[in-house]
Amino acid sequence: MSTPYAKLPAWADYGLIPLINLSVAFIVAGFVVLLVGENPFRAAVILVEGAFGKGTGIAFTLFYATTFIFTGLSVAVAAHCGLFNIGTEGQAYIAGLGIAIVCLSFDSVLPWWLTFPLAIVAAAVVGALWALIPAYLQARRGSHIVITTIMFNFIAASIMVYLLVGPLKPAASQAPQTRNFFAGAELPKLNWIIELFGAKIRSAPLNVTFLLALVMAFLVWLLIWRTKLGYEMRTYGHSPKAARYAGISETRIIITAMMISGALAGMMALNPVMGDQHNVAIDFVSGAGFVGIAVALMGRLHPVGIVLAAILFGMLYQGGAELAFEMPAISRDMIVIIQGLVILFAGALEHMFRPYIQALFASFSPRSVGMEAVKGKGA
Amino acid sequence: MAQAAIELIGINKSFGAVRANRDINLEIARGTIHGIVGENGAGKSTLMSILYGFYQADSGEIRVGGKPASIKTPNDAIALGIGMVHQHFMLVDNFSVLENIILGAESDALLKRSIAKARSELERLEREYGLEVDPDAIIEELPVGLQQRVEILKALYRGAEILILDEPTGVLTPAEADHLFRILKQLKEQGKTVVLITHKLREIMAITDTVSVMRQGTMVATRETKKTTVEELAELMVGRRVLLRVEKGEAEAGAVKLAVKNLTVKDSRGVTMVDDISFDIRAGEIVGIAGVAGNGQSELLEAISGIRRAVSGSVTLDGKPIDLTGAADPGELRDRGLAHVPEDRHHVGLVLAFEENENSILGYHDDPRYLKGPFLNVDAIISDAKDKIEKYDIRPGNPRLKTANFSGGNQQKIVLAREIEQDPGVLIVGQPTRGVDVGAIEFIHKRLIAMRDQGKAVLVVSVELDEIRSLSDRILVMFAGRIVGERGPEATEGELGLLMAGVEQEAAA
Repeated sequence: MSTPYAKLPAWADYGLIPLINLSVAFIVAGFVVLLVGENPFRAAVILVEGAFGKGTGIAFTLFYATTFIFTGLSVAVAAHCGLFNIGTEGQAYIAGLGIAIVCLSFDSVLPWWLTFPLAIVAAAVVGALWALIPAYLQARRGSHIVITTIMFNFIAASIMVYLLVGPLKPAASQAPQTRNFFAGAELPKLNWIIELFGAKIRSAPLNVTFLLALVMAFLVWLLIWRTKLGYEMRTYGHSPKAARYAGISETRIIITAMMISGALAGMMALNPVMGDQHNVAIDFVSGAGFVGIAVALMGRLHPVGIVLAAILFGMLYQGGAELAFEMPAISRDMIVIIQGLVILFAGALEHMFRPYIQALFASFSPRSVGMEAVKGKGA
Repeated sequence: MAQAAIELIGINKSFGAVRANRDINLEIARGTIHGIVGENGAGKSTLMSILYGFYQADSGEIRVGGKPASIKTPNDAIALGIGMVHQHFMLVDNFSVLENIILGAESDALLKRSIAKARSELERLEREYGLEVDPDAIIEELPVGLQQRVEILKALYRGAEILILDEPTGVLTPAEADHLFRILKQLKEQGKTVVLITHKLREIMAITDTVSVMRQGTMVATRETKKTTVEELAELMVGRRVLLRVEKGEAEAGAVKLAVKNLTVKDSRGVTMVDDISFDIRAGEIVGIAGVAGNGQSELLEAISGIRRAVSGSVTLDGKPIDLTGAADPGELRDRGLAHVPEDRHHVGLVLAFEENENSILGYHDDPRYLKGPFLNVDAIISDAKDKIEKYDIRPGNPRLKTANFSGGNQQKIVLAREIEQDPGVLIVGQPTRGVDVGAIEFIHKRLIAMRDQGKAVLVVSVELDEIRSLSDRILVMFAGRIVGERGPEATEGELGLLMAGVEQEAAA
């Protein structure tokens, strides 16, 4: 028996519903702010102004967004193949090792535009190799990828701590980090782009990695929807049985998808390491891998959605920092609560309002939810 | 006519632009068995879902026992004495029969008293209706026929006076179906009302008192079963005359295309499902494999098509061996001209979340016609899908529509179009018309016979005996993993039925 269906027009599906979810998240967050005795409207103004009000704020927002685009894409690529890669955090962290080796070796001999491609390759390769082991265990031994990737986060963290307090640390230093890179491993800033629009920037870490992130978003779209490999990944992701029937090798597709996912996670490390800190320090990923899961979910696993969701989370990071500064009653932890609410409503409760919206659409314009409406692109 | 148990007056229900039910009027008399037939998508399930409180009608009135009723949730329906047995059972597999029966109707925080009460109630129901089931048996250990009986008991335990059954015989053997019909007749004698939704016209003729036919969301006719014929009902359902039995000429069997020798296959639990089977299929013939579901047919199909590894035996395709015990690869077999329409089109043959055009290349996505280097040649894929849509009359004819939005019959056409249009030498088909409406059945059967007439070898596995008999040039009967007999197409249903039930005869080859 066929089940009747109702479909929303694409703009409502990809625009209206996320917007409603987001509004609800902010309303609930507003109540939390009220609870600690602050004015939620003023808080909202500070948050948004902090993120977008001044040139510096915008640059910071986009800097954070760059990081989240990479981790979001990483999670999305694996998810299209039906794999939940929770190891983005560890893959990005360990990729710092690859970048460190390239940068520490070449930063005094090569210009940045030669070091950068080498570092991109090193970060991608190390990230991919770190994802290879859980992928192999899943494909050949049936060890669940969620469990193994979580464990590999801890292994990555332990290895990096060992290296950063030992072999990679300059002998005379007290800080658990590599020596600072020379100019040959410092990426150019992109602040001039924002200054083109007349905004003033004091100092902000937005750098060329942002452009790399946008290129990667486009390449991921191409991979998933326009290549044979992407087709095979989606087939396996929707139905492993159909993939087997179609002659797609389970081992090959799991390993390939996870390595691409790991490579994207690895590239995330370029942004803070080469673009901002100019060294590899302990815990430089600081949870961006996990935020990537929320970004990917909120972006509906589509690169365009991921870029937008990453900017939203960048805004929460930057505006949140301003908010914690301006309103002492609101601590950094409060910002984490707001982020949590966004994740809750936009990710976990994504479909909560959908039935009501569908009913509303059906009653206003029956045709808009009918079969004629299904003409959108294959996203 | 007896008093009406249910009256539906002017029921309308739309899902967006799709009008699933239009102005439906239906009166179901108390103490009768009332059949509702119609093609997939005719609106039968929607109508019953409205009656059972899953959906609400946009307009119209429901009367139960003469009184207007407001049914907003299944609980309302249950309170009014309406019970439903779903096509896919709603049972907890690792619970016992008793636990399943009280599920949702527990009267206490502690289970002990509910269970004791249910046990005595169950005994009464068993006595009254002849519905024997061991109350302590675990559901997953029961055969499907008994699981269905538990579903019926669940409804009766909740005091159902009106029982709705949605496609109840889809999963049953002929013998189990007969038993179900005896139970339904007994329920009728006890004064219960039964509503039977099905697309099998023979069942309607065998058991119902009245039958209503739905087509495209409207109720086109209600007939007294005694005064109608299968042909008339089929015509009413489809809106035109239908050939219930395909016409075909004599087979001209040629060389052996596919030879299976001493094939043994085990399932994932290590149980031998195919036990030392040998047979040949020649060019230009259709070989049918009959049997009750679960006697190894699925595993046989999977082994031949390279999806499942065989334990031992050999299969040759065009005289060259297929490596079945090693890493057999469905892709390689496709290249060698073996096409496969799998039994389970929802999870194996199609990716329902894909657009139609994406499914039209599944398994053939390596074909250079559909590629430009590593990229998909989207234009070529879509124009290819459009050709198939036209040739196979797939509706709606939009290659960018999500596959889940096609009806069962059209989904099956998508799979068939994909496999047949690759012009394979051997076509193996599992359950060619499961869940497919009458109009599409005729089309699919004609296509398969056209394949045969082009000199292809066709293997058909089906649990529908009618289908096997009308399509096959030779019929093999499988029972418990073995081939227990071979018959010609003239074999009677009784003869095949005995073989399917494992009653070995002297004449069995």
